[in-house]
Amino acid sequence: MRVANIQVSETPVVLYALRRADDALILGHRLSEWCGHAPMLEEDMALSNIALDLIGQARELYTYAAKVEGKDNDEDRFAYLRDVRQYRNLLLVEQPNGDFAQTMVRQLFYSAFADLYWRAMMTSRDATLAAIAAKSEKESAYHLRHASEWIIRLGDGTDESRARAQGAIDHLWAFTGEMFAVDEGERALIHADIAIDPGSLRGRWLTTLSAVIREATLDLPQTDWMQQGGRSGRHSEHLGHLLAELQSMQRTFPGQTW
Amino acid sequence: MATPNTPLWEVFIRSRNGLAHKHVGSLHASDATMALQAARDLYTRRGEGLSIWVVPSTAITASDPAEKGMMFEPAESKIYRHPTFYEVPEEVGHM
Repeated sequence: MRVANIQVSETPVVLYALRRADDALILGHRLSEWCGHAPMLEEDMALSNIALDLIGQARELYTYAAKVEGKDNDEDRFAYLRDVRQYRNLLLVEQPNGDFAQTMVRQLFYSAFADLYWRAMMTSRDATLAAIAAKSEKESAYHLRHASEWIIRLGDGTDESRARAQGAIDHLWAFTGEMFAVDEGERALIHADIAIDPGSLRGRWLTTLSAVIREATLDLPQTDWMQQGGRSGRHSEHLGHLLAELQSMQRTFPGQTW
Repeated sequence: MATPNTPLWEVFIRSRNGLAHKHVGSLHASDATMALQAARDLYTRRGEGLSIWVVPSTAITASDPAEKGMMFEPAESKIYRHPTFYEVPEEVGHM
């Protein structure tokens, strides 16, 4: 790693946009790891489509963060030249793909939230965030539908698919709390009607999720102990490996294009 | 990958209002709902469609290629079935 990390002036709006951009980039990258490896050709395409939607969202959010920050940074520098501790994504989205059930449960947890989140953000007083929300909402709605249909079939499928789906739910559940957490900087943005309070979405998120899980004949865990840290740069060991792959080219050949 | 759990489906896309659904290809899916999603992901990535039909391939009854002489050749000699023998009046203009 020859190239130094960039410095980011994390003002509240910059940090807010970076956190959502990092969610989208990291989850998009995870899904792209399935390309050529999915259980069937049709799903290979479906996962790549979702990945591309997410990376598109990330690009718009990074570009906006760069504009608000007003320094030399841009979408590429944010993606390629920050190390693990500078990444602000949810721990949920950096979790490894695991098996197909794990990938789909992760997607269901995130998309059920993102669908509600972007729909609510369409009323943001920040015109750029509202516009990004309007585009992202339709994409997220489809991601939610796709993941829901798979979970229903995995849960209500064979003994093995059912056991894997339930195992994935139990494993990933502790990473869901972070989606609804708010720190002081974000609290100020919520008061200014630039951001929405994610805590207000948790009831509907749970309703959506419960309906899918019930139809899948699966169970949601009763525990409410939750992992946190991603939003402030304290990540699981998995993110470093992901970034090594994501960033190796730009770190080795700075500014390289093709 | 074809397995007994993922039968074949035929996909039809309507590109815009007023045009008929056209056959665009096929795919494997476990059921109709998943087939519709796969069709969306496979065949409408570049804005090709406004409407999708999926039909189980087994629901299609096809003519036998071996019978194409009997089925189609008799029509070839019936040129009077084409509306090409009418004089179109000048006033009608381009049809």
